[in-house]
Amino acid sequence: MHPAFSVIFFTVASGAGFGLFSLLFIADVFKLGGGFSREQLIIGGLMAMALIVFGLLSSTFHLANPKNAWRAVNRFRTSWLSREGVFAIVFMPLALVYLASIWFDAPQWLRETFGFLTAVLAWITVFSTGMIYACLKTIRQWNTPLVPANYLALGYASGSLLLLLGAVVSGLDTMPYIAMSALILSIAAVLKAIYYFWISSPGLGPTINTATGLTRAKVKLLDTGHTHGTFLTQEFGFQMARQKAGLLKIVVFVLGFALPGLMLVWVFNQQGGQAAAIVAVVAGIVGAAVERWLFFAEARHVVNLYHGAQRC
Amino acid sequence: MRLGLVIDLDVCVGCHACAIACKEWNASGTTGPLSDYQPYGAEPSGVWFNRIRHYEMDEYPNNKTINFPMSCNHCEDAECVTVCPTGASYKRAEDGIVLVDQDKCMGCNYCSWACPYGARELDRSSGTMKKCTLCVDRIYDLDLPVEERQPSCVLTCPAHARMFGDFDDPDSAVSRTVRERGGYGLMPELNYNPTNQYLPPRSKPVIPIDAKPKGGLKESIKQFANKLVRR
Repeated sequence: MHPAFSVIFFTVASGAGFGLFSLLFIADVFKLGGGFSREQLIIGGLMAMALIVFGLLSSTFHLANPKNAWRAVNRFRTSWLSREGVFAIVFMPLALVYLASIWFDAPQWLRETFGFLTAVLAWITVFSTGMIYACLKTIRQWNTPLVPANYLALGYASGSLLLLLGAVVSGLDTMPYIAMSALILSIAAVLKAIYYFWISSPGLGPTINTATGLTRAKVKLLDTGHTHGTFLTQEFGFQMARQKAGLLKIVVFVLGFALPGLMLVWVFNQQGGQAAAIVAVVAGIVGAAVERWLFFAEARHVVNLYHGAQRC
Repeated sequence: MRLGLVIDLDVCVGCHACAIACKEWNASGTTGPLSDYQPYGAEPSGVWFNRIRHYEMDEYPNNKTINFPMSCNHCEDAECVTVCPTGASYKRAEDGIVLVDQDKCMGCNYCSWACPYGARELDRSSGTMKKCTLCVDRIYDLDLPVEERQPSCVLTCPAHARMFGDFDDPDSAVSRTVRERGGYGLMPELNYNPTNQYLPPRSKPVIPIDAKPKGGLKESIKQFANKLVRR
């Protein structure tokens, strides 16, 4: 699949934003590390919402006909893309109510109810983002429950690193935030490793024989019928060299998980708190972007069976 | 009514006439015009609803060229309709034709990701997704004579490799021919239930090309005589 940078930026930014907001709620409820102040919570919440809004806006850049983008919420009943749009839109006012209940010192039950609803909606939205890809039977590498699981894990991982940076900057006790980041990063790394292992084996899928229905002999492409590219070859013909894919997977684990993990240790040992936290955030988000790029690049759509592939 | 096409892989000669006819018919109408990118330039490309690909079946000396026209299969369980967020992609209840509403499409490409057959293409100039309409603007056009109310590709095929009809009618030409020849849909394991059916190449005995030398006294005398006489 042709990796679209606007979609990569959208999923990484909005995942981090939803993750940050949910974990901010958890940090607020349990007063982790002493508890953020009112102003710090508002700033953190607004930053998370800014990440989400910028992500959603950037996703409209990959549309060929953006004047109809408002119609994207029309098919909530059947389309995961519609569902994701609806949930993201419903999230906004609820999140603002939660932040307002913090600002105006609303009763605890109100604050926690709206915070909980917002956190649940954030989870559902990131799940829907993953399902946009996972519901497609035409792409074997995407048609697995590990995809929404990884979208959630990486969103929360990026969010937890951002929250840690917030805790360091706010001068809170960073212990609980380090523990939370370490746990989420480890789970995310393990899920990612399982995913790469899972898609590396060919599995049962369509072959050129089932695609053409010519099952009684070997079938090979002679001619695609066009001298130059088409929409299909441009959109689905992208294929990575296996060594390059392997190298990028190493980059994902080193940048996305190992380096932030190292920075967590440094923050814990008070060896340069704020700088280490910033490095962790940048490495985590860049690692997530590389992972998302690989996610698209490694996908092989079954239409490739009509363009020369023997199996997908 | 479940309208669709039957394509005979045994007969198709790969002339691309159906692709040209489709392109010409859709120069205007419900979904036209179909864009051409660099038509007289270095890398000509464009939006086509009907594409013919060519495959080689089996290995030499038993190989065979199969010419494979493909357009939208108007699937019964069309995922392209399910995934469309704007509702631009829809399947008509009265005849099963899957269409794209050009006024609603936002060009997100999601439907093309869902289509296993590559039926949908983005037209860069309109920014919308376009696909085979089963000539919905021809088949119901009362200004055309009855015999011309068929898709252009079906009318054009010089080898009569394409048929159009109602699969819900068990006595229609398409239903009968699918039953008799063992027609099939493509990639059935994905459960899209494509309406268009393909007729497999017939198993025909290979005609020997090299004359085998025959034995016997009569043959030997004939060969001796043929060598003597200069013709």
